[in-house]
Amino acid sequence: MTSLLSRPSSWVPMLVLALLATVPFVAQATGQQFYVAFFARIIIYAIAACALNIALGYGGLVSFGHSLFLGLGAYAVGLASFHEIGSGWVHLALCLAVCALVALVTGAISLRTSGIAFIMITLAFAQMGYFLFVSLKNYGGDDGMSIALTSRFGPVDLSSANHVYVTGFIVLVLSIWWLARLRVAPFGMVIRGAKQNARRVNAAGIPVVRYQLLAYVMSGMLCGVAGLLLANLNAFASPSTMAWSVSGELIVIVVIGGLGTVFGPLMGAIVFLGLEEILKGFTDHWMVIFGPLIVIVALLGKSGIIGLLQRFDARSKPVAATAEAAEPAAAAAVKGAA
Amino acid sequence: MASVLRTESLVKRYGALLVTDAVSLDIAEGELHAIIGPNGAGKTTLINQLSGELASDSGRVWFDGADVSVLPIHQRARRGLLRSYQITSIFDDFSVLENASFAALGARRNAFKFWAPMLSDRQARHAAEGALEATGLRQHHATAAGDLGYGERRQLELAMSLAAGPKFLLLDEPMAGMSVQESTAVIALLQRLKRQYTILLVEHDMDAVFALADRITVLVYGKVLFTGTPDEIRNHPEVRAVYLGEEEAAA
Amino acid sequence: MNATILLAQLLNGLQYGVLLFLLAAGLTLVFGIMSFVNLAHGSLYMMGAYFAASAFQFTGSFGLAVLAAMGGSLLLGLVLEFVAVSRLYRRDHLDHVLATFGLTLFFNELVRIVWGSQPVFLQVPEFLGGAIDIGGFTYPAYRFAIIVVGLLVAIGSWLIINKTRIGMLIRAGAVNPAMVGALGVNIGLLNAMLFGVGAMLAGLAGAMAGPILSVQSGMGESVLITTLVVIVIGGIGSVTGALYASLIVGTVDTLGRAFLPFMLRQVTERSLADAAGPALASMLVYLLMAVVLAWRPQGLFPSKR
Repeated sequence: MTSLLSRPSSWVPMLVLALLATVPFVAQATGQQFYVAFFARIIIYAIAACALNIALGYGGLVSFGHSLFLGLGAYAVGLASFHEIGSGWVHLALCLAVCALVALVTGAISLRTSGIAFIMITLAFAQMGYFLFVSLKNYGGDDGMSIALTSRFGPVDLSSANHVYVTGFIVLVLSIWWLARLRVAPFGMVIRGAKQNARRVNAAGIPVVRYQLLAYVMSGMLCGVAGLLLANLNAFASPSTMAWSVSGELIVIVVIGGLGTVFGPLMGAIVFLGLEEILKGFTDHWMVIFGPLIVIVALLGKSGIIGLLQRFDARSKPVAATAEAAEPAAAAAVKGAA
Repeated sequence: MASVLRTESLVKRYGALLVTDAVSLDIAEGELHAIIGPNGAGKTTLINQLSGELASDSGRVWFDGADVSVLPIHQRARRGLLRSYQITSIFDDFSVLENASFAALGARRNAFKFWAPMLSDRQARHAAEGALEATGLRQHHATAAGDLGYGERRQLELAMSLAAGPKFLLLDEPMAGMSVQESTAVIALLQRLKRQYTILLVEHDMDAVFALADRITVLVYGKVLFTGTPDEIRNHPEVRAVYLGEEEAAA
Repeated sequence: MNATILLAQLLNGLQYGVLLFLLAAGLTLVFGIMSFVNLAHGSLYMMGAYFAASAFQFTGSFGLAVLAAMGGSLLLGLVLEFVAVSRLYRRDHLDHVLATFGLTLFFNELVRIVWGSQPVFLQVPEFLGGAIDIGGFTYPAYRFAIIVVGLLVAIGSWLIINKTRIGMLIRAGAVNPAMVGALGVNIGLLNAMLFGVGAMLAGLAGAMAGPILSVQSGMGESVLITTLVVIVIGGIGSVTGALYASLIVGTVDTLGRAFLPFMLRQVTERSLADAAGPALASMLVYLLMAVVLAWRPQGLFPSKR
């Protein structure tokens, strides 16, 4: 654990998390409640990015359709609320079940292809979802639907921004922790192996596609949870959540943070949404600057912020060769992750 | 001697080209059987049909008494039929130890484990370290596979097959591109492995083939020309003409 | 529902199909030969529409407007290829996706800055304003013109691809790009040219679509995604596949939107039909794609790798 904290690529994000934990208190003290909602949104996008990181970062599955799951999670709350159901547990169960089913079906079809076709199919499926909800006039259609009955989990009521924040923060921390474990667990190694050399995975006796499909399903479900939180934060569910540009933004977040790294999604969400906020302050037409920035990110490479921090890792204490080979092996794996 | 791998008239066509022409092999337990033949003889295509990566047009493959002809590669691998690749196929971003442990993972029931690290699996780790020890890669266990030299990468390729605890090794030119020193080390390794595993070896290195093989099959234009002991092969007139040519066979 | 309406919708489907083909032809070649995922293709279509609108305002001539659109898009395509796209060929698809996504966002905002957020009006030229008479059946002349132009482009591209040396290089490139380069062909020039021509066709499509759809920021996205569906159904890298698939998708989509709600009303009660009809109609082409892929993952007319 100590060697973990000595590396900038670890302690910087952990510091960020610690700072995020203080937001509700600082907001309370300064009376600037706006910040709770602002950072809650960052946390939600970080969770969604963690989800995408499983499929894209670890598994190399370029899904341009993850906004679908974000939207499904939001509408799980919206539709339940419309039908007078306010229990958070029902919302959550509905969200997970629907996302799992949709991910299973779309994933199974998409995984019959690879490369360019895979990207396009995932995009097309998200569009399907978008058009479906746009045409559901009863549930708001194009304008979206407001949510009267936000999720209640016993004493936790997500109608309050603070409650959303705390819940989201806990989900984010748990997600990051799990992602760290998953990365070197057998399942994580299989899908990371598949990204590098799918043929080899099969040759080792592991049916690759089955694992990729499960990774896709898990990714969809976690993304749905982010959507559920988003709907509660906004008290609103809208088809625009499923827009293809949202899928693109999620990809940008994962890449900016550092593709396939544990803390990448968190750092990416902060930089992306933070930059957006700063640029918005200068001009309404901030996208005309943001767009080319994304192009530059693409030209620069995918090791992202964590990759940058990892360069400083090398200059800190050298990782000692220990009898427990897992440590250096993991370090080598982390370095090679970019 | 029990037959570990047997094929019955394997046929493979690419359009009008007959790449595998009714190949029948029978390899006994503990045997090291080599396949030699000029380039273009269809050796790799044959291996791909044996490993399960390529479906034959007709014919059967029997492994360990069971008909595995329709089984895909991962199922054959799980039964103990493992192959190594002529063009190194490893995980560049993983460490050497991770590569070997990954291969050992495949022999377990499944990899649907999401929490405990792969390297904490004692059995897999033990098998991996054993394989690395055998191939002389133990000291590189923490190095990223992509950083290894060419010869070491070939060694890792071999180690991965060993780590999975195979019953049968399908080795596709394990010494391809190696220096004399490296090849000697591999030949020594294969000598040690000979009785432990049943091995089918495809190789161009005639020194290795004649030093190691119990029996040799000569493949020409996808067809088995002759199967026999190294001595029989050395003295077979047709084989000498077609493959060994005018030069004296390696002593 | 009668024969006249059916015929009209079939022609509409054909018209939509040829527009899709104009976009799909360039895109599928870029995908197939350079293996480059170009999500900015919709932006080139959009810029074509805007160039046409502005040129029309300046000159009053629709013909000049179309030429301006084609020229402008060609130039824009070549610039993009030179500045950004060519640097990305060696990278993986994710980098392509990111870069072209960024470009799309950029162009969507750029047109808002230059032309404003309100849709720009591009009117149907007078000489095509009326309706034509096909044996008693009338159909808007402009839409008919689109069909004619589209079919001419289709025939032209078929001739070029199958009957000329350049076309042979393109076909070879779709099957084995590395080999074409190794044969001494200036692959950089070929790529740039292909990208430029694809952009030009997209601009032409945008200019022609301008009068019947609205010219506004983001108009490229929905048509781009449908184009991607066309390419996946047709088979990546195959222009023939793109042609058949665009006609199929254009027809299915148009007929579906026109008749599905009506047909549903025959079998279920009205409120359900009214709710499900439009939803199903808009998802129809995606369902079609899913079915095609489940059956033939490489598309209906793959270019055979």
